[in-house]
Amino acid sequence: MNMKLKPLAAGLALAAVFGVSAAHAAANKVLIGDIDDMSGLYADVIGPGGVVAAKMAIADFGGKVLGKKIEFISADHQNKPDIGASKFREWADQDGVNMILGGSNTGVNIAMSKVALAKKVPFISIGAAGASLTNQDCTPYTVHYAYDTTGLANGTASTIVKQGGKTWFFLTADYAFGTQLRDAATKVVEANGGKSLGEVRVPLSTADFSSYLLQAQASGAQVLGLANAGGDFTNSLKAAQEFGLTKKMKPAALLAFISDIHGLGLKTAQGLILTTGWYWDLNPETRAFAKRYFAITKKEPTMNQAAYYSAVMHYLKSVKAAGTTDPDKVMAEMKKMKINDFFAKGGYIRADGLMVHNQYVMQVKTPAESKYPWDYYKVIKVMTGEEAYGPMTGECKYAK
Amino acid sequence: MRASTIGYTLCILLALAVPALGIYPVFAMQLMCFAMFACAFNLLLGFSGMLSFGHAAYFGFASYVTSWLIMAHRWDTVESIVTGTVAAGLLGLVVGAIAIRRQGIYFAMITLALGQLVYFVCLQAPFTGGENGIQGVPRGSLLGLVSLRPDVHMYYFVLVIFVAVFLFIRRIVHSPYGYVLKAIRENEPRAISLGYHVDRYKLLAFVLSATIAGLAGSLKAMTLGLSTLSDVNAGTSGEVILMTLLGGTGTFFGPVLGAGIVTSLQQYLSGVVGDWVTAIIGAIFVACVMLFRRGIIGEVLAWQQRRQAGRAAAQQPVGRA
Amino acid sequence: MTEIFGYPLPVILGQLMLGLVNGSFYAMLSLGLAVIFGLLGVVNFAHGALYMLGAYAAYVGLNLLGINYWFALLLSPLAVGALGIVLERLLLRHLYKLDPLYGLLLTFGLALMAEGVMSNHYGSSGQSYPVPGALQGVFNLGFMILPIYRAWVIVASLVVCFTTWFVIERTRLGSTLRAATENPKLVQAFGINVPIIVMATYGAGVGLAAFAGVLSAPLIQITPLMGSSLVIVVFAVVVIGGMGSIFGSIVSGLVLGMVEGLTKVVYPEASNVVVFLIMALVLMWRPAGLFGRT
Repeated sequence: MNMKLKPLAAGLALAAVFGVSAAHAAANKVLIGDIDDMSGLYADVIGPGGVVAAKMAIADFGGKVLGKKIEFISADHQNKPDIGASKFREWADQDGVNMILGGSNTGVNIAMSKVALAKKVPFISIGAAGASLTNQDCTPYTVHYAYDTTGLANGTASTIVKQGGKTWFFLTADYAFGTQLRDAATKVVEANGGKSLGEVRVPLSTADFSSYLLQAQASGAQVLGLANAGGDFTNSLKAAQEFGLTKKMKPAALLAFISDIHGLGLKTAQGLILTTGWYWDLNPETRAFAKRYFAITKKEPTMNQAAYYSAVMHYLKSVKAAGTTDPDKVMAEMKKMKINDFFAKGGYIRADGLMVHNQYVMQVKTPAESKYPWDYYKVIKVMTGEEAYGPMTGECKYAK
Repeated sequence: MRASTIGYTLCILLALAVPALGIYPVFAMQLMCFAMFACAFNLLLGFSGMLSFGHAAYFGFASYVTSWLIMAHRWDTVESIVTGTVAAGLLGLVVGAIAIRRQGIYFAMITLALGQLVYFVCLQAPFTGGENGIQGVPRGSLLGLVSLRPDVHMYYFVLVIFVAVFLFIRRIVHSPYGYVLKAIRENEPRAISLGYHVDRYKLLAFVLSATIAGLAGSLKAMTLGLSTLSDVNAGTSGEVILMTLLGGTGTFFGPVLGAGIVTSLQQYLSGVVGDWVTAIIGAIFVACVMLFRRGIIGEVLAWQQRRQAGRAAAQQPVGRA
Repeated sequence: MTEIFGYPLPVILGQLMLGLVNGSFYAMLSLGLAVIFGLLGVVNFAHGALYMLGAYAAYVGLNLLGINYWFALLLSPLAVGALGIVLERLLLRHLYKLDPLYGLLLTFGLALMAEGVMSNHYGSSGQSYPVPGALQGVFNLGFMILPIYRAWVIVASLVVCFTTWFVIERTRLGSTLRAATENPKLVQAFGINVPIIVMATYGAGVGLAAFAGVLSAPLIQITPLMGSSLVIVVFAVVVIGGMGSIFGSIVSGLVLGMVEGLTKVVYPEASNVVVFLIMALVLMWRPAGLFGRT
């Protein structure tokens, strides 16, 4: 009889119900999307805090641009490139998203930048460190806003080499970010007369670093280069101290955020040298923003969370100046206008997409030096953007 | 015309009209790839009685091989898909040869462990790109004739392959080979005593299942343009088991329905319930195992059979046994 | 520095030491699995999740109830074991008469549920648990600095494993358990309440997993997924040791931990897969496992 008919029809009907989702015309709104690690090892670096910062910017701008309402959506990429890329593609195809903010994880950001190119959507990558986003992985729609591995290496690695740390051994997070950071640091170390004695590759979100640290110890290097970030950074540093490694090797925090230092505590983190594109306690303007942010989240903002505010503002200003949300016109406007706000003074977006602005080399204060909560850094050196990033390498084929 | 033929024709027409109905073609293609994957898995579990707990290995491995051939060696699309599929089949041959030596639970655990081995190899091997995966894989064209870049073209391509695979599996199950498999599933010692080379039949089933899973993986790589570790990890292995179990093990349409439900859940529920998706999937698993082991389609078919038996019994003249 | 085959001895010894620590966990977890499988015929896929719950129980105990580490070592296994008993009564019991694959699938689903709920509540980046005061500090072994806590882990797990083996293989309680597995009806005819024994055994196996979880809490970040990749390795260990063999799982666990450590010296990239490779080899040569009886 029709034994097969009912289940088949039922099945297809079910699929159809779930599948039907009309493509929204973005004609009457401007949609900004945020794809970031919301729950994993990088969640404290941007995560929900970034959403807060972006919404602050939208509210301060007035909630509307060119007569259209500004809407904001966010998603968790769970540190998986396929989820990030799929979400980007879906928002572009189905919801007509106008701009997407890229949160942490270089690998996911690279995957997303490829979708940005295919779908012609302005993509402001803030959380990722990998400099390849403005080199071999660059696109005409990618902006790399807050910092990158070149700047980190020129700041932290060169300072430590010049202080006498000549031989290095790297603990590298085994994906695009880690390898690019290690490459950049090695280049700087060698340029300053030092040498890399080797590396060990560690999977992302490793729980137990003990066997990797043992390998580091066996190398006999002076410096332990931590080419990792977020939870991986804090765990490897703690383990290094637990095994007494920090007595023999100086740890180099190649990427550390204030959220990490807060989690570690000054007793553990004191003396660490790190490079950052922004710090909440630099001047009255930065403090003003931080105060507003703190009132909502009860934490001081990291560089990337502040960058979220600044990037959204810059995008909205560019849309207003261009008079349209057309991606090419908006990108041209973004590269034309300078960025002068609490995040960067005289910042500008280069032809390859990199936002060139000051980078600060910091040292973490001792508990005695710290006078009030979150008073963690003292500035050792201010690098101009040109100093920190160097000239364009020519690897970006869209920056001619 | 038989009612089931009408039913099938209606389904085909609906499927053909999907792009026109405003359904997101990429989602529909993903659904079909997973449905193929589940059907391949069901060939092994439902029709041959073997639970492979590491089936994502073939799905993901083919996905990587296809993407790599296109990106690193600029191969043609169709050639890459075929090679990826064959690679998955060969992997299935190697794993199957080891796993077949044991049955039941042991077989499941061996496939799990070997699947994990494949995962770690993919994690380390340079050609897979490790955590980054292989990205930006272009769809190319179908034998140089039709570009597959537009989603609609790709959709029909995948649809044709899906229907072909579905019919192929039906053909296998209803063939003499399929009946021997059924006999082995029901009572292996008796099949042996009847003189069948049981191991060969089981190995062939395993290889067929792995090959079709590989085809699904290759197509998925082409659809989304990337291959990542998610394709080959234990989570995906678990998902395909759930899809088959939920839809109905040992039925033809069950895995398709199961794939549809699970994929839709992940796609649409993740926006609504966020992190609860894993817990919900676990709960569905538990519910299936405890309450309806036959799966949705299985339960529907059983209910229909009971109704028919009831009707037949009611038609019997009173007084007969 | 003395060298063996070109590898410095301190490095080899250091990795072997760390491998022994890992092996202790493998031994404890595969012991729990072997007990549950050997006596119940259930492949407890939820073992990894229960290990994770044991660690979280210690964390919650400390932060919410002020229960310190030493009490947690006792209370967490009891709490999680009780949960295990509830699961056995409500769910697992109904599956014994079915194909054992259903038990595997059910416990798999339960593991997903546990991981999902914990992920939702705690995120995936993890919580840290402090090393108890009495166990802080390090031993300077010359070839490496060994934190005292890691030495304690080795000692504690060896004691627990040996005690469990002794109870099962050498005491009357143990022989009753073993008899109940082989012939429940006959044992029941002797007036022994078999379902209670089954329930208690599952609880004990689960408790072992939770104990391992508490031990691991000060070592690594407590994350919802900490058990899920571990459980697959433990399955391989159990297959290598022989599914029903208590002694086999303990020995295999410890040895394989050390083999992994050695691999990290010689060919670090293979350290993740060496256990699975050995499993494949053992299966080809001795399908019942090294100490198995089937």
